[in-house]
Amino acid sequence: MELAFYLSSLVAVLATVGVITGTNPVHAIVYLIVSLIAVALVFFALGAPFAGALEIIVYAGAIMVLFVFVVMMLNLHPDAEREQTWTHPRYWLGPSVLALVLLAALVALLGQGGVGETIDGELLTAKAVGMTLFGPWLMVVELSAILLLAALVTASHVGRRSNPLRNNENRGGTP
Amino acid sequence: MMAMAVILSFLFPLVGTLILAFSAGRLGPRASATVGVGSVGLAALATLWAVLTHTGGSQGVTLWNWISVGDFQPTIGLAVDGLTLVMMSVITGVGFLIHLFAAWYMTGEAGITRFYAWMNLFVFSMLLLVLGDNLLLLFLGWEGVGLCSYGLIGYYYQNSANGQAAFKAFVVTRIGDVFLALGLFLIFMELGTLDIATILARAPELWEPGSTTANLAALLVLGGALGKSAQVPLHTWLPDAMAGPTPVSALIHAATMVTAGVYLIARLNGLFLLAPDVMLLVGVIGAASLLLAAFAALAQTDIKRVLAYSTMSQIGYMFLALGVGAFDAAIFHLVTHAFFKALLFLSAGAVIISCHHEQDMGKLGGLWRKLPVAYGGFIVGGAALVALPLVTAGFFSKDEILWQAMAADQTGLLIVGLLGAVLTGLYTVRLILGTFHGEPGSDHARHPEPGTNVFTHHLPLVVLAVLSTFIGAWIYPGLGELFPQAPGETTDSGHTLLQVLAMGAAIAGLALAGWLFLMRRQWLDDIARKGAGARLWTLWHHAWGFDALFDRVLVRPWQWSVRMLRFDFINMIMNLPAVVARVFNAGLVRAQNGRTRSYALVMVFGATLILVALALAPGGGA
Amino acid sequence: MNGIPMEHGLILASILFSLGLAGLMLRRSMLFVLMSLEVMLNSAALAFVVGATAWNQPDGQAMFLLVITLAAAEASVGLALMIQLYQRFRSLDLDVASRMRG
Repeated sequence: MELAFYLSSLVAVLATVGVITGTNPVHAIVYLIVSLIAVALVFFALGAPFAGALEIIVYAGAIMVLFVFVVMMLNLHPDAEREQTWTHPRYWLGPSVLALVLLAALVALLGQGGVGETIDGELLTAKAVGMTLFGPWLMVVELSAILLLAALVTASHVGRRSNPLRNNENRGGTP
Repeated sequence: MMAMAVILSFLFPLVGTLILAFSAGRLGPRASATVGVGSVGLAALATLWAVLTHTGGSQGVTLWNWISVGDFQPTIGLAVDGLTLVMMSVITGVGFLIHLFAAWYMTGEAGITRFYAWMNLFVFSMLLLVLGDNLLLLFLGWEGVGLCSYGLIGYYYQNSANGQAAFKAFVVTRIGDVFLALGLFLIFMELGTLDIATILARAPELWEPGSTTANLAALLVLGGALGKSAQVPLHTWLPDAMAGPTPVSALIHAATMVTAGVYLIARLNGLFLLAPDVMLLVGVIGAASLLLAAFAALAQTDIKRVLAYSTMSQIGYMFLALGVGAFDAAIFHLVTHAFFKALLFLSAGAVIISCHHEQDMGKLGGLWRKLPVAYGGFIVGGAALVALPLVTAGFFSKDEILWQAMAADQTGLLIVGLLGAVLTGLYTVRLILGTFHGEPGSDHARHPEPGTNVFTHHLPLVVLAVLSTFIGAWIYPGLGELFPQAPGETTDSGHTLLQVLAMGAAIAGLALAGWLFLMRRQWLDDIARKGAGARLWTLWHHAWGFDALFDRVLVRPWQWSVRMLRFDFINMIMNLPAVVARVFNAGLVRAQNGRTRSYALVMVFGATLILVALALAPGGGA
Repeated sequence: MNGIPMEHGLILASILFSLGLAGLMLRRSMLFVLMSLEVMLNSAALAFVVGATAWNQPDGQAMFLLVITLAAAEASVGLALMIQLYQRFRSLDLDVASRMRG
């Protein structure tokens, strides 16, 4: 139980490091999928199997497949930014230190908080979640439905093939 | 019936303007010309209808209240009497002929729609000016015509000299307009009304003749009239205004707008009769402008500038008439002048277009056989300008003015008027000889392309030519009963003598011109080329150097003070907040570098700062 | 088996969040930026689930569902924008699209 938690935590952290340092897009996506599955395992270990299942199905399954599709569509090559980003500390030192300080602050705050709860792995069933969702949280469900619809419309509008002629016309038309 | 006709007469040009302005370039040249000319044509018909249904006296039409502030309630009200109808007939009648000619003149020019929109707006404003029953509405029309004048002088705006000319005309007339506005304030303060009929009724009751207030009011109104009518010393804009298309010069700077000052003084005759000194000043200014402009016209080479100075000179005659109290004679000359000066300008326009925009007399010449219609226009119009006895309209009106000056015992003004008549003959003959006779001065003049369109080219010239003969004098109705008694109405002694004198002056001018320009050409050229003659020529060519004088006395000191004020230290203190804001702006602009990463970095930095502060705060975070 | 302290779960969420943040600030390719965003959203979702299991309340998991919905919407719009970016500039470099400066 605890072992599963700590092991999958380690995997998640390592895979995430692989994501942000990777250069090959497809490799990075695979790392991200690994990270997500590890987090799903964390959910199982914590006693939230429904969340874990959703994590795998929706996140690692649907969303990541979307990423893969786009990467394949654009036919990306391992990008050249690596040269600029990693060779000189000037490029990565600032953000990294900033992120570390933030992490330290978060951890310190967690330590000060003194929550003291432990998680014993008791199962929260999908039924309970469903009762909550379609009971007091019904409005949230409706809102997320609208959000998804809006995202659908936006994505289909923004993602359409742009017309270079009209683009020029617009630029020329501005007074 | 008449009210309807009058309203229609100024509504047509307004609708024309709106159609043209809101078409936003969607109308083609043909459609624009149709709308522009048609609206003024309809206005002319409406004016004819109004003239036919006019039953005499002054009829008022109040449309609605304009503003209502306490006692100050100017109306959009029209007052129609004989004077208004005469002015309306000139504006719409001559205006229509000029619009018609413009349809020929402007063919192929860019921005026809803009041209007709301004022209229609001008006709509308001018009608408003003569129709308004109160001075505020008159002032609205007054400013409207000034604006249109500005827009049309600068019509060929690609050339910045034209823009300068438009600017000059606008600013110089604006000086006069400020005087007029001050005059209106004074009149309203003293008399409590701007209604013209009420002013004329109330002023003699409240003001002593010759009192300071009456003098001041008349003087201020005169200032406005001087600016608009291009009289000394606010005359410098008119020659430069010739930068506009020739139909514009004909309509605005010869026939109608520049005579608005004459109309204004004639309309407020009661006010001026209360100020005899100012009346005399009007006459003196008229006489001065008459002579100055006539001499200047002698030394011009551009045919349109000759005509511009000639216009100033003729308006000088009108002011002279106003100055001796002969309002009817002034309006009479206004009407005949509108006919023959419009004819001269349109003929000049015909020459200019036929010779590919060549308007320098030195480069024209020998055209009389090739451009018979324009030549005929120049001969008839020139004869009327010179006041050739008995057959021309100009003779009857000018004779009337001189006779009134004589009857008023203003011998000085009379002598100036007669001298002006001689000079008129001189410069007119010089203009016609220089343009139509002698050797062609350029290829353009050697191979002119005469206008052939009967309807838009020949018709306006022929109609105006007919009106410039004695027929034009006949159809003038005479407005004697509208105005106070003129000096010449009480006596008739010496009228015949004066007529002989006037005829003599005109013929003497022509004869002198013929002798000088035909027999003694060489001698004349020699004089003009060296010594005192050359200096005089230069002086006249620059119209006595008024432009240079104003430049020295007004423009340069002004520019100097402006330069001084640029280094005003109080202003610098005032600018300090702006400088500080600009420095901050520069810093913030640098932060706005368009890179999402740096935005994220800054945002995270802020969040981290807050979190660290929370973590370090004693007891914080709990 | 004495259970996992809640802090550990939250610290894991913090680490993942910081990693995502670092990636967001470091990377110039829009694809990696989007993936970093996914990591950050995921860590937030993790924090919710940790809370839900620690206090045995289903609300946290409902919130997790909302976060996942949000992530899906964000990913779809972000990818569409990325396609546009690529079509306009033939590159995924975000610094290229910096015309809105100053």
